[in-house]
Amino acid sequence: MTLADLPKRTPAIVASVHESSAQDNIARRLRELGFVAGERVEMLVCGPFGREPLLVQVGFTRFALRRSEAARVHLRTDGEAA
Amino acid sequence: MSAAAPLRLALVGNPNSGKTALFNQLTGSRQKVANYAGVTVERKEGRLVSRSGRHYAVLDLPGAYSLHAASLDEAITRDLCRGYLPGEPAPDVLVCVVDATNLRLHLRFALEVRELGKPMLLALNMADVARRRGIHIDLAVLARELGVPVVETVAVQQNGSAALVEQLDRMAEGLQPPQRQIAQGADLHQETRRLLAAAVQMPTRTASIDGALDRWLLHPVFGLVALALVMFLIFQAVYAWAAPLMGVIAAATGWLGDSVGAVLPEGPLSSLLVNGVIAGLGGVIVFLPQILILFAFILALEESGYLPRAAFLLDRMMASAGLSGRSFIPLLSSFACAIPGIMATRSILDPRDRLATILVAPLMTCSARLPVYALLIGAFIPQRQVWGVFNQQGLVLFGLYVAGILSALMVSWVMKKWRRDKGEHPLMLELPSYRVPQVRDVLIGLWERAWIFLRRVGGIILALTILLWFLLSYPAAPGDGTLSAIEYSFAGRIGHAMTGIFAPIGFNWQICIALIPGMAAREVAVASLATVYALSAADDSAAAQALTPLIADGWSLATALSLLVWFIYAPMCISTLATIKRETNSWRKMSFATIYLFALAYGASFVTYQLAVLLGAG
Repeated sequence: MTLADLPKRTPAIVASVHESSAQDNIARRLRELGFVAGERVEMLVCGPFGREPLLVQVGFTRFALRRSEAARVHLRTDGEAA
Repeated sequence: MSAAAPLRLALVGNPNSGKTALFNQLTGSRQKVANYAGVTVERKEGRLVSRSGRHYAVLDLPGAYSLHAASLDEAITRDLCRGYLPGEPAPDVLVCVVDATNLRLHLRFALEVRELGKPMLLALNMADVARRRGIHIDLAVLARELGVPVVETVAVQQNGSAALVEQLDRMAEGLQPPQRQIAQGADLHQETRRLLAAAVQMPTRTASIDGALDRWLLHPVFGLVALALVMFLIFQAVYAWAAPLMGVIAAATGWLGDSVGAVLPEGPLSSLLVNGVIAGLGGVIVFLPQILILFAFILALEESGYLPRAAFLLDRMMASAGLSGRSFIPLLSSFACAIPGIMATRSILDPRDRLATILVAPLMTCSARLPVYALLIGAFIPQRQVWGVFNQQGLVLFGLYVAGILSALMVSWVMKKWRRDKGEHPLMLELPSYRVPQVRDVLIGLWERAWIFLRRVGGIILALTILLWFLLSYPAAPGDGTLSAIEYSFAGRIGHAMTGIFAPIGFNWQICIALIPGMAAREVAVASLATVYALSAADDSAAAQALTPLIADGWSLATALSLLVWFIYAPMCISTLATIKRETNSWRKMSFATIYLFALAYGASFVTYQLAVLLGAG
């Protein structure tokens, strides 16, 4: 499951950030912003048009992410090893 | 170290770390704002004298999330910290500013800065808020584990940076690089977690107030209603509160012109000073109240953390038109004047989004168009009620605003389609904690922007008004001339020559002449029309009053509508074009903007005029 599919107000744990291309600057920046394995994330609100962007809380910070950005963040599913 | 060679400090930190507020407190009003050589990134430097008498030169670097730069701002920060930026000496001490309530994100960047191996100190800013939220930070442990001195600061409190300055004085005795480097094999996130575990205890994750406010302000319905209310309040303030101040400025310029005219003997010099320089600069300064009020709101909203929320609400809509949520702030500023709006596009990271925003910013109805709209609407649109509640004149004005916004969305959408751009343009926007805006930071910000605006616009307007004055004044009318003086001048001849091009959109030669001085500043077109119709009016409002019956009789409704539509696009504001050239650093992009605006104005006016004539309004 990715962060883009995460239901509202359901805390989850980041597994990894996937790169969509070889030189994916967006994936690197997501990691720099704190989306790294083991971090707790939660999607709080969707934007009013087309349910985009997503308001995502990671650590102490809230970010507005578009769906394509959030889809790079893969989440741990229950029972899966860390 | 002597006072002649001050120690160079650079404030570096994440966006929203309160870095600029700390900079304001350290340097007060002793600041110098300019650009880094060759790029449009703001360079802010200030001076600081500690209680012990030591002098420091303080540089406020652009906020950055990482030294792996993703924007021009971040690249400047990276190069300057490393001492690679041409023309900028390497700083002696890096003051890394972190938000004590957001260490998870900010410490990671501090570690990246520490890896540079330069003398450094960590400022735990907003220490008061952290304490209130029950976050306990052990300064001694953090300093030991980090290997750099750590101090607490409260940028919004009197003396909130005292500990920082004392620490700087101690460090200045003998500068040392950080005592620790990252352990082999560990990454920055792991090291951040280790530091947090060792030195920080925190009970709650975020402020509960943020959650509560975001639930309402980002709500799909209430959020949009709140945004509409905020916008309404801003526009109300910009147009209602600024009016008395603008009256004072206009009166003062008129008085100055009259006084100078009375003192100097009549002749070219007096004419140049009164009609050229004073009237031209006065025509720009008169918009300063509106621009300042708009910026006061924008700065306060920015400080409070609301503006990124507005960007959040509108991002999807603007993205589908080829813009971004980040375009919202520059476009909002453009309603006062496109120049500060275009300058504000620097905060847009993505180059395509930034260019699209710059190109459509002139379509926002700037306040300089209002005098023209007011004249034409007053003369041609009957004052009556529509559906019992709306004033027809007000509706037309509103329609002109909406037409500008819709055109902007259409233009950026067409540009997006035309480029067949399939690339991804990231948003990744931080929504910081809500804060109460500080009066001092808003005032310093206002002062800076007013100064930049006047400096940028002043020179261009001055040069242009002198040129236009020359075109309008020479050659002088012959002694036995029967026509008004302007018809003999270069401007008059150019105006007549232009009629061939502008006849299909219904402009007569008087309008064509008025368009020429309108290039310096759009609102000058009204005063020029008065000149063309050989009216001697004391000021602009008198000119408009005297003009109203003349044009109501002399022009057809089709011509008036065509001119109204022309001014929606009005491509001939030279200051705006000069700003586009400066900000994009490209003559090609500036020419593109000129040509597309002109083509749009001509096309739309053509359609309007021909349709109106067909319908019998010719």
